[in-house]
Amino acid sequence: MKILVLIPAFNEEGAIAGVIREVHSAMPGTPVLVLDDCSGDATIQQAKEAGASVLAFPHHLGLGGCVQAGYRLAYEQGYDYVIRVDGDGQHDPRDIPRILETLQREGCEMVIGSRFVDGGGEQTSATRGLAIVFFRAILRPILGKSVHDPTSGFVGVNRTALSVFSRIFPLEYPEIEALVVLQRRRFRFVEIPCRMRPRQTGRSTITAMKSIYYMVHVLLGVFVNVLKFDGRRK
Amino acid sequence: MDRMLDVMAIFSLLLAGLVLVSVRREHIRVEYSVSWLVAAIALLILSRWQDLVRRIPAWIGVSDAALAMFIVSGGVFVLVLYRLSMIISRLKDSNIALIQKMAILEFNMESLHEKVKTSGEK
Repeated sequence: MKILVLIPAFNEEGAIAGVIREVHSAMPGTPVLVLDDCSGDATIQQAKEAGASVLAFPHHLGLGGCVQAGYRLAYEQGYDYVIRVDGDGQHDPRDIPRILETLQREGCEMVIGSRFVDGGGEQTSATRGLAIVFFRAILRPILGKSVHDPTSGFVGVNRTALSVFSRIFPLEYPEIEALVVLQRRRFRFVEIPCRMRPRQTGRSTITAMKSIYYMVHVLLGVFVNVLKFDGRRK
Repeated sequence: MDRMLDVMAIFSLLLAGLVLVSVRREHIRVEYSVSWLVAAIALLILSRWQDLVRRIPAWIGVSDAALAMFIVSGGVFVLVLYRLSMIISRLKDSNIALIQKMAILEFNMESLHEKVKTSGEK
């Protein structure tokens, strides 16, 4: 069974090495691939020194473009499971074994590490909290079930989901749209409670000013994915 | 009204001239100049076809001919911008796919290099 941990990173020199070390200690022997989105700092160097491989992009692609390339590489290299962890240290890599175990036990295509399943979520900002409540309401009828933390980037996918995401993956703000892409193919996802920590360094890419753009963009993306006819085929 | 149509004709000729000069200097590729040239020609025809200019206000339900011309010209440019948006989207998709492919190839090449180096050392 081949497992890969993907860490998308953009200017995360302060946190990336710590995240990689934590992943190594939680999942000894599992390869870690950092997706460097053309960082201007020492992210690549830090990642390599911490023992990760680096997929370095010559131009800034945005989160979705980066993650899709990681999924594509993992699919081409025959990985069975891929776990995505953010490079800013907000996700606790000690939860990775539980995500993996749930993927295998449930046989679902995706497992989401959620900060809200057990009623937590105090680490989230007010703007993000509002977006989460809004998209929960939008996604409920589309997905046919509740999703507590649709914006979580702490996810694990199996090879079936990899085969889809390596070809079709939302390019800018991927988490919410990716759920709809899965639903259109009748794939299943499960949420499990995970610890979330405040980011260790840097700032979130979604500022207050970008929030409205984010919501409109994602909302449009959700409806476009719902309307895509070819997406309904498995 | 006649004066406005003359200004419109001059504007469309200037636009066509500017686009042709840009194509000649390779600032715009030929395939992307087509929309602008079609828009310029459409405006030129509109400005010289008096009979059509008199009928358009009635067709689109406005009494003012100048306003009608403005709406029609605006519509022509909206179509050009729409086509450009499609072209930009296609280019962006191609760029992303190329960057991803290039990064993956580079990664695979480095991995091979490492393997060759390691086997050479053994």
